[in-house]
Amino acid sequence: MLRSIVRKLLELLLFILLLSFISFCLLKLLPGDPVRSILRVDDVAVSNVQIEAMRTELGLNESLIVQYGIWLRQMLQLNLGDSYITSRPVITEFIEKLPYTLMLTLGSLLVMLIIAIPFGTLSAIYANRWIDKLSRLFSLLGSAMPSFWLGLLLIQLFAVKLQILPPMGEGSILHLIIPSLTLGIAMSAVYVRMIRASLIESAGQDFVASARARGIHPIRLFIFHTFRHSLVPLVTILSESIGSLLGGTVVIEVLFAYPGLGQWVVNAITARDYPVIQGYTLLMSCFVISINMAVEVSYRWINPQIARRGKLKS
Amino acid sequence: MRSTAALKQQSGKRRIKYTTLLLFVLVIMVIIMTPEITPQDANKLIIGNRLLGPSSEHLLGTDHLGRDLLSRMIAGVRTTVGTSLLILSISMVIGVTLGLLTGFLGGLYDRMFKRIVDAFMTLPDYIFAIVLSGLLGPGFLNLLFAVIAVKWVGYARLVRSTVLQEKEKDYIKLAELAGVPALRIVKKHLLPRVMGNVFVLAALDLGKIILIIASLSYLGLGPQPPTAEWGSMLNEGRVYFNTAPHLMLAPGIAIMITVLIANICGDRLRDKLDVRMKKGA
Repeated sequence: MLRSIVRKLLELLLFILLLSFISFCLLKLLPGDPVRSILRVDDVAVSNVQIEAMRTELGLNESLIVQYGIWLRQMLQLNLGDSYITSRPVITEFIEKLPYTLMLTLGSLLVMLIIAIPFGTLSAIYANRWIDKLSRLFSLLGSAMPSFWLGLLLIQLFAVKLQILPPMGEGSILHLIIPSLTLGIAMSAVYVRMIRASLIESAGQDFVASARARGIHPIRLFIFHTFRHSLVPLVTILSESIGSLLGGTVVIEVLFAYPGLGQWVVNAITARDYPVIQGYTLLMSCFVISINMAVEVSYRWINPQIARRGKLKS
Repeated sequence: MRSTAALKQQSGKRRIKYTTLLLFVLVIMVIIMTPEITPQDANKLIIGNRLLGPSSEHLLGTDHLGRDLLSRMIAGVRTTVGTSLLILSISMVIGVTLGLLTGFLGGLYDRMFKRIVDAFMTLPDYIFAIVLSGLLGPGFLNLLFAVIAVKWVGYARLVRSTVLQEKEKDYIKLAELAGVPALRIVKKHLLPRVMGNVFVLAALDLGKIILIIASLSYLGLGPQPPTAEWGSMLNEGRVYFNTAPHLMLAPGIAIMITVLIANICGDRLRDKLDVRMKKGA
C-alpha cells in the first residue's frame, strides 16, 4: 500500500521534471522575441545595444542547458522567475489570481450539481417519459453549444434585457453568477445523462434488490443505496474532467473580463511573457495531475480489489 | 414477433439516421464547392451597407463592414468544419500508425511509447492547445498544429490497447505461425479490427474539435481576418448584439447545429458497432 503510493509519487516527480524540460525547450524554440516585447512596452525606438544588454541581464545569452539548469534550481525554491511585463514574481501573481479561478470553478460545479442531480434523478425514475426526453434534448443541445456563445446570450438576457446582474468584471458574488451559470450549464449537459445511466445501472444491482426485500423504505433505499452507489463513477469522471473544466474557464474568463488565471495567461500569451506562460502551464499541469493521482490513490483505500487487480496486470 | 409500435419506432430511427447522413453529405459538398455557392463575395466590403437586417438581397443581413452574412456563413463552413475534418484525419493517421506499430512490435519501444502517451493524456488538453497555439502565434497552420498535437494521443492509445488485446488471440498467432509477414498481418488483420473503434472515437471527437477551434478563434488565435470563421465572426459580432443580433445568432446556431449532427452521428455509430460486437461474441 505505502510502497505503491511512494512509487506513484516518484513517477509524478519524474513526470513533472520531464514536463518542465519539454515546456522549457518548447518556449525557447518558438518564434517571438521577449526582449523586444519588453522594450516595446515603453513605446520608444530601441537600439541594438539596449537589446543586447537586456539579453545578458535576463540570461538569454547562455546556452539552452545552462538556462534550463538555472531555471530548474530556481523552480525548486518555488521561484518561477519574474514576469517580464510587471516585474513581479510569477508565483505571487499566480497565488493572487488562483482564488478567482477557484471561486469560478466551484460556482460552476455548484450550478452543475443543482441542475444535474435533480434532472438526472428524475429522468432515471421516469425513464422514457417526457422529463427524460426533455433532459435528453437539454443534454444534446447543451453539449453542442459553444460555451462562450451561451455566455454572450446570458449576458444579453440577465444584464442587458433584465438588468438584474452585472455583465462582466468582478467585485461581488453577483459578478460570479453569469460566468458560473455559463460553465455550469455546459457541464451539466454531460452529467445529466451520466447520472441517469449510473442510477439505472445501480438500481439493477443485487444489493438494491436485497435491500428492497428487507423492506427498506423506498426513499431511504434510493438515497442511501442506489444513489450512494452511483456516486462512485461520477467522482472519477469529475476528477478526470477537472482539466477540461479549468481549460473552459480560460475562454469564459476572457469573455467576462474576470481577473482569474485564464485571463492572466491569455494576456501573457499576447505579450510573450515567457515566465508567466511557463509557470501557468507547469502549475496547472501539476495541479490537475495531483488531483487525478489523489483520486486514484483514494480508490485503492476504498476498494482494495483495484490495487490487487493493478498488481496482477503488471 | 415485432409489434407495430416497435416497427414504427424503428422506422423513425431510420429516418433520423438518413437525415443525419444527408446533412453530413451536404456539409461535405458545401466545403468542396464553397466559392461556387456563396451568393456574394464573402470578403467584399461595402461600408454603406453595414449592419443591414435580413432582406431579399442579403438573406441574413450584413455585418459591421457591410459584408454579406450568408456568404460569410457558407465560407465559414469551409474554415470551421473543413479545418476540423482535416485535423481529425491527420490526428487519426498519426495515432493509428504509431499505435499499430508500437502495439504490434511491443518491447522497449512500446514501453517508452506508453510513458509518452500517458504523459500526454494527463495534460489538460484544452489548456495545452490554447497555450501552444498562443505561443506559435495566431494563424491557420499554427491552430492546426496545436490541435493535432493535443488530439493524436487519444487515437494512439485506443489503437495500441486494441492491438495488444488482439495480438493475444489465436488467429493472429496462427497467422504468425503460418509465416505471414508482419506488415501483412498488421494490414490484413489488425487494421480492420482497429478501424471500427477509431471511427467511433473520431465521430465523437469531431464536435469537440469544432468547439475547440471556434473558441480558439474567438480568442483571436485562429485564422486571421478577413477569413470567415464562425468563432471569430462571433467575436466580431459581439459588440453589435443590440443593433444587429443576427450577427451573433447565425454563427452560434451554425456551430450548434453542426456539432449536434456530429454528436448524433457518433452516438449512432457507437450503438451500431456495439450491437455488431455483441453479435460476434
